[in-house]
Amino acid sequence: MSATLERGLAALRAGMDTPMATFFASCVHCGLCAEACLFYTETGDPKYTPIHKLEPLRRLWKQEFTLLGKLMVNIGLDQPVSDAELAEWEPLVYDSCTLCGRCSLACPAGNDITAMIRKMREGMALSGHAPEDLVHATQRAVTLGSPMGVKLSTLKAKIRAQERESGLTIPLDQPGVDYMVLFSGMEIVQFSEILGAMARIFKHAGVSWTLSSEAFEATNSGIQLGVSDLAKEILLRTVNAAEKLGVKGVVSPECGHAYTALRWEGPNLIGRRYHFEVVHILELLARLQKEKRLRLRQRDPEERPLSFHDPCQLARRGGVLEEPRELLGKIATDFREMSDNRERNWCCGGGGGVSAIERSEPLRAKAFQRKLHQIEELGVHTLVTACSNCRIILEEGLETYQIRVDVAGLTELVADHLEEDQPQTGAGAAGGES
Amino acid sequence: MNDPGYELLLWVRGPGWILALAVFSFGMAMRLFEIFALGRREDLAPPRPAERQGSPMRTVWNRFFPVPGLFERAPATHVSGYLFHIGFFAVLFFAEFHIQLFRHLLGFGWPALSAPLADALGVVAIVALLAALVSRMRDPVKRFLSTAGDYLAWALTFLPLLTGWMAYHHVLVSYTRMVALHLLAAELLLALLPFTKLIHAVTIFVARWYTGEQFGRKGVQA
Repeated sequence: MSATLERGLAALRAGMDTPMATFFASCVHCGLCAEACLFYTETGDPKYTPIHKLEPLRRLWKQEFTLLGKLMVNIGLDQPVSDAELAEWEPLVYDSCTLCGRCSLACPAGNDITAMIRKMREGMALSGHAPEDLVHATQRAVTLGSPMGVKLSTLKAKIRAQERESGLTIPLDQPGVDYMVLFSGMEIVQFSEILGAMARIFKHAGVSWTLSSEAFEATNSGIQLGVSDLAKEILLRTVNAAEKLGVKGVVSPECGHAYTALRWEGPNLIGRRYHFEVVHILELLARLQKEKRLRLRQRDPEERPLSFHDPCQLARRGGVLEEPRELLGKIATDFREMSDNRERNWCCGGGGGVSAIERSEPLRAKAFQRKLHQIEELGVHTLVTACSNCRIILEEGLETYQIRVDVAGLTELVADHLEEDQPQTGAGAAGGES
Repeated sequence: MNDPGYELLLWVRGPGWILALAVFSFGMAMRLFEIFALGRREDLAPPRPAERQGSPMRTVWNRFFPVPGLFERAPATHVSGYLFHIGFFAVLFFAEFHIQLFRHLLGFGWPALSAPLADALGVVAIVALLAALVSRMRDPVKRFLSTAGDYLAWALTFLPLLTGWMAYHHVLVSYTRMVALHLLAAELLLALLPFTKLIHAVTIFVARWYTGEQFGRKGVQA
């Protein structure tokens, strides 16, 4: 057995716990998880059945963690998990799973299949069976600070441009403020207007905030790749920067996986709770709106109908369900819910690192048809979302199928619908600064 | 008393039953130990405030029902699954003969279903299980997933139903012999339950709870 395979198997063993053993014991091969997975529903290929994506891990569990399984291997009725087997599973564990969690919601046995796939990636990556693209993205995140290779100089240039545009200051490395705000590399490069939008919102609501030059990238590709050590290294930058600046909270931006990484996985990665609160930008905006610090105006009634695409990691895997509705309720004049919404949404097909895997593109385009049907039956002209990765995938997909629907980010939409005439909230609301 | 069925009956009512019960108890204890000895790490991420959390107990209950849209995508799986489970448990716990057995074992009983109704429910379970088998062999996903273990579990479940129905209707062989075969089939089911996927009868409630708790602490009712 090669050293890399042994490392991978050790990682799989390390992830074995009571829930996982319960899940494997409970599966009756009913096949219903397939019906919940967009990679199966859109291709009809049974190999995309979620529980099947875990077959090598199930075999390892059976052979090493059950008496009967041990016996079977000993008398030669079962073969140990091999390198070739893991190699064969690579496209199933990575290319065709966005970690969207829909199978976990549908399984009648109650198995959290997604959580198991997340753990299986730990073994896949360490045994050398992770897609090159994801490995490289994570290497860039570790060495450069961002999976897309966005450097501090890039951010600074974008900050200057957005400061010029908005006429507002975008603070960098300001200690003692309320919130340290993160962005995804995608936002900085592709949707940098978000910087100006945040500046306008926070000025309007009287919130003190800052960016950190040591930690501005919100995403954590170490998690999508499945290497906890690297994920921890990436995460610690944010934790250290936030605790050094002494902020009350860290704002996770419009990026689904960044939110679950920081909010739900993070403390487990570093083995302790943070000394600050993690809040998603939509949670913060909804909170400010409730406190009447954020005053929104309705869109022009003539404006066209819109809908909201729930990013999986925000809704189903993150629990941010009502906040986007609360915000859109104040803005939209014709808001239409999708057939499956909130925790039941369908993935755009690009999450979990899939959008970073180039070879998965044809499959992704096919899987996108699920979202396409949902959008088409609504007859909307604008699709709002709160994840820049979803946004790119939606734009690409709609373009591929030549559907004319605009895609927008909710934070920017909020920034565009601030009530201008009201006087600003006093300095007291800013807090934090001494 | 040369009826070989009678000798078999004596065996299955005595040593066979004890053996099956012993294997079941040992097997179940061992499997549950295998599962629970692993333990799990504490989740350090602070959960949502209590009033926003989803309830794991509700997840345990909710998973008896499909999420919207799922039924339509797999009607055969759902219909055969529901009918089989309802028929099977109705006959197991509410057929007159079985209640007599429980009364003998436990010292108390409960009202039985009328004989024709219990009979009909038994037939429903048999037909549903046959349909489930056909569906397993024909549905692309289920056929793809299925292993020898799935067919073994199917046979282990089917035989007690079939022999029970045949004994009740005096089909094929003598009543004594069929009852003996029925008890034998039931003992096989009991003894092998912990070692097959039939253990889901116990573990799904734990699985649902864990998943419900994971979703719940994030503020999602799963």
